[in-house]
Amino acid sequence: MDVMKKVPVREQDAKVRAKNFEEVCLGYNKEEAMEEAIRCLNCKNAKCVVGCPVSIDIPGFIQEVKAGNIEEAAKIIGKSSALPAVCGRVCPQETQCEGVCIRGIKGEPVSIGKLERFVADWSRENNIEPEAPKPLNGKKVAVIGSGPAGLTCAGDLAKEGYDVTIFEALHEPGGVLVYGIPEFRLPKDTVVKHEIDNVKKLGVKIETNVVIGKSTTIDELLNEEGFDAVFIGSGAGLPKFMGIPGENANGVFSANEYLTRNNLMKAFMHGYDTPILAGQKVAVVGGGNVAMDAARTALRLGAEVHIVYRRSEEELPARVEEVHHAKEEGIIFDLLTNPIEILVNENGWVKGMKCVKMELGEPDASGRRRPFEVKDSEFVIELDTVIMSLGTSPNPLISSTTDGLEVNKWQCIVADEEHGKTTKEGVYAGGDAVTGAATVILAMEAGKIGAKGIMEFLENK
Amino acid sequence: MYKIVKAEELAKNIYLMEVEAKRVAHSCKPGQFVIVKLDEKGERIPLTICDYDREAGTITIVFQTLGASTQRMAELNVGDSFRDFSGPLGCPSEFLDESIEELKGKKMLFVAGGVGTAPVYPQVKWLHENGIEADVIVGSKSKDMLILEKEMKAVAGNLYITTDDGSYERKGLVTDVIKDLVENQGKKYDVVVAIGPMIMMKFVSLLTKELGLHTIVSLNPIMVDGTGMCGACRVTVDGKVKFACVDGPEFDGHLINFDEAMKRQQMYKSDEGRAILKLQEGDTHHGGCGECGGDE
Ligand SMILES: Cc1cc2nc3c(=O)[nH]c(=O)nc-3n(C[C@H](O)[C@H](O)[C@H](O)COP(=O)(O)OP(=O)(O)OC[C@H]3O[C@@H](n4cnc5c(N)ncnc54)[C@H](O)[C@@H]3O)c2cc1C
Ligand SMILES: Cc1cc2nc3c(=O)[nH]c(=O)nc-3n(C[C@H](O)[C@H](O)[C@H](O)COP(=O)(O)OP(=O)(O)OC[C@H]3O[C@@H](n4cnc5c(N)ncnc54)[C@H](O)[C@@H]3O)c2cc1C
Ligand code: SF4
Ligand code: SF4
Ligand code: FES
Repeated sequence: MDVMKKVPVREQDAKVRAKNFEEVCLGYNKEEAMEEAIRCLNCKNAKCVVGCPVSIDIPGFIQEVKAGNIEEAAKIIGKSSALPAVCGRVCPQETQCEGVCIRGIKGEPVSIGKLERFVADWSRENNIEPEAPKPLNGKKVAVIGSGPAGLTCAGDLAKEGYDVTIFEALHEPGGVLVYGIPEFRLPKDTVVKHEIDNVKKLGVKIETNVVIGKSTTIDELLNEEGFDAVFIGSGAGLPKFMGIPGENANGVFSANEYLTRNNLMKAFMHGYDTPILAGQKVAVVGGGNVAMDAARTALRLGAEVHIVYRRSEEELPARVEEVHHAKEEGIIFDLLTNPIEILVNENGWVKGMKCVKMELGEPDASGRRRPFEVKDSEFVIELDTVIMSLGTSPNPLISSTTDGLEVNKWQCIVADEEHGKTTKEGVYAGGDAVTGAATVILAMEAGKIGAKGIMEFLENK
Repeated sequence: MYKIVKAEELAKNIYLMEVEAKRVAHSCKPGQFVIVKLDEKGERIPLTICDYDREAGTITIVFQTLGASTQRMAELNVGDSFRDFSGPLGCPSEFLDESIEELKGKKMLFVAGGVGTAPVYPQVKWLHENGIEADVIVGSKSKDMLILEKEMKAVAGNLYITTDDGSYERKGLVTDVIKDLVENQGKKYDVVVAIGPMIMMKFVSLLTKELGLHTIVSLNPIMVDGTGMCGACRVTVDGKVKFACVDGPEFDGHLINFDEAMKRQQMYKSDEGRAILKLQEGDTHHGGCGECGGDE
């Protein structure tokens, strides 16, 4: 074994997986995990822990894996994270825990994410129950949204004896974990549902089909329904469009719609009623994780798929692993390309997309080189489906119906970083609703901070 | 689970159901809608709130069978349940922003087409309960497709009924009645509210624009989440893109790009699907105005 290299992880073959929705990465088994664990140096001053937004005791759990005590390892992770099977799969580890791993200075970093995933999967398969919560303390907290921020906040509060109810607008809890991230990266029925069930086992109640701001309001929750505090984890679900001609044609979707039809509504599965127009030749506009997910979904539904992105490969905001997987599966990358018009046939359907070639200039404020149009470079791509994946912003539904809740100019809820405290007393917020679209683990961190802030507030009340 | 406490067939292929949904009944207002989901595998189906009982905690919906989901819904009986029932969604009707005094000074005309009669009813009823009598035109394909006549009569000022085939009351389209009222009978209206098939709302809006009558319509584009998350429901209003589920569903009829909206509504209607529908449903109509193209 080469200690400089990660124990390789088994994956579904690219040709096979391009035609199914089963998970791409198969994960470690116990032998592989124990072997990988040996590579950890058990650093005294473990940098990896600092790199993890929820500060999992990484060397601690890895040493248990090394010794084969997986249940102990699960307990250590459980102290810091309520969703390890999720994070082990979708965290951008390369820029977090693994990005600063000491092992990574000379060779490859320890495969922390895959080890975490193994521990979580093993606990699920072996029915390891989460630790019991403290007895109820008589205080009621409402959590809005059941994405990673809301689930984490609810779980942390319930552990300490708070009586927590999550209100979720959709018919299934999980937020982006169920409606956005596809099955082939994050299995719903096994992984996501199980982790949500664990939160429920702590006594958290989840009321679905409740749209805060419509079904009821934060003020009503506080003043009429007897909640002592509220945490807002409502995400950043509002999709952006480009504003180019033809964008309302039949066959143009937001990535959210395309993914929701397929993931939440299970359009890809036989027997489910919700339809999806898969498309024969699809362009996905954008270069982030969401774009990769939409592209790989369309591919699996049988389309030829192009990613159309206005900068170069280096600037792609998606995780390296996702880009790599997408390429392996046969996604075509049309880089340095920007759409300027969607061409529509006489029946209102997409028939093509007019694009221009781009070139990169000097770095802009974000540090990325700014793209500019190459003169007279217009050309047309023929296609029948366009999926816009240009980012999302927070939905104003809650802020516009809550007195005294301040938002910034991007509609993000204003909340302080230490406690998640908003401008309204007793109301805390975190996750994408505050930061704009970010990551699962940052949303979880914000959920933790919010829970702590709420506990402090209610203890001193 | 949301229990069905009343289920009735109002006319051929048009069903009324009263469903227990406490939160929705507590906070809904006229003009809003719900999204229902039959079971695990069902679609999310948007339906206008047709009536509500705050004390009993129930919501009344009226729907027409169209595709697989609404047909499956029609098979439900009292005691059965919907798995999901979410709402109220969308914005309440515009007139709720005005004071009763202001409204009393206005003359309103409601125009309902087919199953659109159901969502018009709570608005007229609300006005009636507040001492305001609005005129109502109901258009139906034929006598046996007409719904809620008795209920509407009880709350409307003047009620004008018209059928496409002349099998009951007047013969003709709702637009013929509007023209007649305004041009021949000298009626004056400050605002028209039209709800029905998209094509009916389009032609009503074209006519009222000519007549200079402010017009509100309630759009029913294809939706998925109903909370502003997917953009499936986008419509162009006054040249700007709006999401009907959160910015509407009611809009100024004179500003809507109806042709685009109608094309978008057909998005999942493949030629083959259309053929199957025709086969299954024969000549049943998808609206009530005779022009909606639902049975083409
Ligand atoms: C397709 C896709 C792929 C992604 N891939 C990755 C990845 O690989 N790695 C990663 O780290 N991150 C990824 N992300 C980002 C990550 O999923 C989000 O940053 C994270 O889910 C944010 O969590 P949250 O709890 O703040 O909000 P969300 O997960 O958005 O959850 C918010 C919840 O609140 C509900 N809600 C909203 N408004 C209301 C209301 N008014 N009343 C009641 N409920 C309401 C919503 O329905 C939703 O369920 C991806 C995102 C997408 C869309
Ligand atoms: C805000 C709103 C309020 C509505 N209120 C009512 C109501 O009170 N009563 C009622 O009967 N219907 C109402 N509708 C329409 C209703 O939602 C559709 O008829 C229903 O979703 C069709 O479902 P289906 O599965 O039976 O048909 P599908 O199989 O989905 O559709 C059959 C065909 O109908 C078309 N279609 C799909 N969705 C819609 C739609 N939203 N509107 C029109 N045509 C559509 C498609 O082209 C499709 O091919 C409303 C829609 C909206 C958006
Ligand atoms: S939660 Fe994410 S960042 Fe933290 S250890 Fe796990 S994979 Fe790394
Ligand atoms: S930094 Fe790397 S090697 Fe050191 S403890 Fe963390 S995982 Fe192990
Ligand atoms: S239905 Fe999804 S945004 Fe309106």
